[in-house]
Amino acid sequence: MQPSPEPEFAERVCELIARTQKIPAESVTLDKTFADLNIDSLDGINLLFAVEEEFKIDIPDDAASRIRSVRDVVEGIQKLLAAKAGS
Amino acid sequence: MSARRVAVTGIGVVSAFGDTFGEFWSGVAWGQSAIRPMTLTPPGSVRFPNAAEAARFDPAKYFDGKHADFLDRFAQFAVVAAREAIAASGLTFDSQLGPRCAIVTGSSAGGQATKDENFYNLYALNQRVSPLTIPRVMGNAGASWISYEFGITGPVYTVSTACSSANHAIGQAFWMVRDGVVDVAVAGGSDAPFSVGFLKSWEALRVVSPTTCRPFSRDRNGLILGEGAGMLVLEPLEAARARSAQIWGEIAGFGMSSDAHHITQPRAQGAAQAMRAALADAGAAPQGVGYINAHGTGTPTNDSTECEAIRAVFGAHAEKILVSSTKSVHGHALGAAGALEAAATLAALRGGIIPPTANFTEPDPACDLDVVPNHSRCAEVEWALSNSFAFGGLNAVLAFRRSDLAEAAER
Repeated sequence: MQPSPEPEFAERVCELIARTQKIPAESVTLDKTFADLNIDSLDGINLLFAVEEEFKIDIPDDAASRIRSVRDVVEGIQKLLAAKAGS
Repeated sequence: MSARRVAVTGIGVVSAFGDTFGEFWSGVAWGQSAIRPMTLTPPGSVRFPNAAEAARFDPAKYFDGKHADFLDRFAQFAVVAAREAIAASGLTFDSQLGPRCAIVTGSSAGGQATKDENFYNLYALNQRVSPLTIPRVMGNAGASWISYEFGITGPVYTVSTACSSANHAIGQAFWMVRDGVVDVAVAGGSDAPFSVGFLKSWEALRVVSPTTCRPFSRDRNGLILGEGAGMLVLEPLEAARARSAQIWGEIAGFGMSSDAHHITQPRAQGAAQAMRAALADAGAAPQGVGYINAHGTGTPTNDSTECEAIRAVFGAHAEKILVSSTKSVHGHALGAAGALEAAATLAALRGGIIPPTANFTEPDPACDLDVVPNHSRCAEVEWALSNSFAFGGLNAVLAFRRSDLAEAAER
């Protein structure tokens, strides 16, 4: 099991999601799915584009297609950052 | 007076298979994939490595001297395909026929590569922008050059409805011929999407396959971009018979609809509505349809939605329809897609050879129709549909009829 994300890191991601989706920051929490936040497939792709810019990472298409929730985004970024640091 | 029946008497194609309809059909009929590693853009420019480029297309073969410089690749494709179609039809446009002929072309991206190159030169290299940029970029350039070359002076225009462009164009031209607005029409579509800027835009949308196009397969993972042009010559069936023209088949109906739903996500109701409209326009019973050339992009969402729509329209008869996506071999040529697929559908009906869905690996329960996996099928089919469903939710469906079977039924 993945360790829980650092609260500060999770907060940064949530803020980014709120900013790109133009929704109140307090509505974006780790337990929310994209569906809860009215983030459809095109919104999701647009969001991941912003995530790639913010964290200087490349999210592969197959990983992108599996991301469906705020937690998926946070954990996915952590995994990619860890891989980047390790490489 | 009953409406005129409309025959196709000339077909021209530029595609990844080569610069002729014959090369196109001999590849498509047997499901030979023309998808290859990309060559027109620097290697590694984008994440996806493969496409169906018209890699051997050489403008110098078709345009003298400075002439080639005036046309973006998409317009060159349109002119070359139109030349082939018109030559095959045997028609010449004199002062009588020229004003009675229409040209309707479709293009999604127009001269985007010209725009990409000139804007790069301006922004990155601080160079001047070519005065030929506007005449090369405009979406109607292909239609205008065909008009100019052949002296066709009737209604000439271009429609741009993303991936449905060619079907909308052919449908409009079909209606004009059927209703007697014109006596001949040249109709089809062309696109040339291979510039780095445009490919990066497709990459960002995450819909292009990193491998190949596998429509209806469980492991399909996106579309493969293609390019080229398809052009058809349409005229009244009676006129075509009177002059003993070669008749490829009839365009019998056209239906269109809008999903009014989402800018990129398809909706089965909209697709079904367009198929029903095409059948009604043709006066065809759903049970008569034996083949559907599917939109079949190979994206997870398109293919399952399209199958749902086909089931909604045809009910139990859907089980008996052969449904194939020739994009599996010629790629998704965007605004040319419907025109390439019209050429394939006409050839399939006339020859009794149904082209397969190539690259098929394993069935997907969400696409549980007879998708003609990997091997072509012999079938005598009278009625066929060709589907185009565009981003923006715009659907355009053509209905085709095999003329000789229609005549046998009348006798």
